[in-house]
Amino acid sequence: MPSSDGLVLEARGLSRSFGRVRVLRDVDLTLAAGEALAVAGPNGAGKTTLLRLLAGLMRPSAGEIRVLGRRLTRGSGETRRALGLVSHQSLLYDDLTLLENLIFAARLYGLPHPRDAALAALESAGLAGRAGESPRRLSRGLAQRAAIARALLHGPRVLLMDEPFTALDAAAAERLREELRRRLAGGLGLVVVTHHLSEVWPVANRVAVLLEGRWASDEPRTGPLDGFLPRYHGLIGA
Amino acid sequence: MGSCPGTTGSSVREAIRLALAIAAKDIRVELRSRTALLSAVVFAALVLVVFNFARDPTAIAAVDLAPSVLWVTFALAAMVALNRAFTIERENAALDGLLLAPVPREALFLGKLLANLAFVGTVEAVTLPLFVLFFNVDLGGALPGILGVTALATTGFVAVGTIFSAMAVRTRFAELLLPVLLLPFMVPPLIGAVQATSRLLSGRPLSEVMGWLRLLAIYDVVFVTLCMLVFSAVVDE
Repeated sequence: MPSSDGLVLEARGLSRSFGRVRVLRDVDLTLAAGEALAVAGPNGAGKTTLLRLLAGLMRPSAGEIRVLGRRLTRGSGETRRALGLVSHQSLLYDDLTLLENLIFAARLYGLPHPRDAALAALESAGLAGRAGESPRRLSRGLAQRAAIARALLHGPRVLLMDEPFTALDAAAAERLREELRRRLAGGLGLVVVTHHLSEVWPVANRVAVLLEGRWASDEPRTGPLDGFLPRYHGLIGA
Repeated sequence: MGSCPGTTGSSVREAIRLALAIAAKDIRVELRSRTALLSAVVFAALVLVVFNFARDPTAIAAVDLAPSVLWVTFALAAMVALNRAFTIERENAALDGLLLAPVPREALFLGKLLANLAFVGTVEAVTLPLFVLFFNVDLGGALPGILGVTALATTGFVAVGTIFSAMAVRTRFAELLLPVLLLPFMVPPLIGAVQATSRLLSGRPLSEVMGWLRLLAIYDVVFVTLCMLVFSAVVDE
């Protein structure tokens, strides 16, 4: 359940350095249940680093992250259960079939009927007919759908997505938006990192711009994307 | 704050369930690709063939040379098998999927350890008959003792190898780094194993090697526990 203030995700004073290079500088972030935040920014702005920090895959140099009100630390196994991640890579094993991959993921999350959960996730991603195929045989778009199915399998409360629409065709992209809308209505908190705001604009209700490791803007999404783009291009100097 | 015994019991059961799921996944992946297992077995057979033709049976008795040859073969073949432990997790960033899940790092280590023990144990099971064939040694009554020594020594260096494999996989020179890190830690169990095997092959009673067996068991307890405790620091970036 969300914390007492309704937040499913909260980051305070988040910084991360790689050697002397400071990639993120004192970033704050709050996300309420049902909120979808689109994060845009130029290459090297720190978007992927931010997502990996929020997923607990990287330790911040400073600051803290709370998921459902609980601090995300190395040992916080149960807090991790609330998180889902779609990253640049599929997180799937090429030597297992799609079904075996998802059954394994379901076992890691302790789902009661791993096979049923895996089949339902594949069905929902339109991959039921490919359950017996290896991820290495799939096209980039189908592999992306499989990666999304894996991330949604355990019903995360906070979903972190890095360019989730990459390689998806129009129908698959629309199906993903529908799925996200349905889950947002159910209380999901969503952070989508993207260079292609048009893909996520219909789902997002907040948009933030990351520039050189700091927020350059963070505002509610109002009106069409065309109204926001000139401002965005002005911010990133495009 | 003390933990409720029921809760502790169920978290141990949960950790074992997760460890078995991870080990089963690793074994399934390996059975499907068969790359590491086959190369380790072929490598072990090759080492035995080379040693067999390189030795002069008139200069040194097989029983004097055999224990060292056996353990050099086991150790080198284990290195080949251990390299695969975390390289399979590099593919498609699958390790991120494991670390993202609510899996205690101890369970992750245990799962990887069990899978590695299965691989190295399989390589050893294939290598041992080849060793008997090439060196014409009569295991006879020594077989149970040798199996015990093998199990104890293998558990120790595979535990250390598992953690170093996790450490090395994040570097660009994983295949090179693993032997460099692991070999010094392999020395104590290898010394114990060679000494115990040598005595057993010479027909000495099991009671005579109990000291070495105890040493191997202590190494196992210390390093399995230590590796489990520090594993989180190794895999969590």
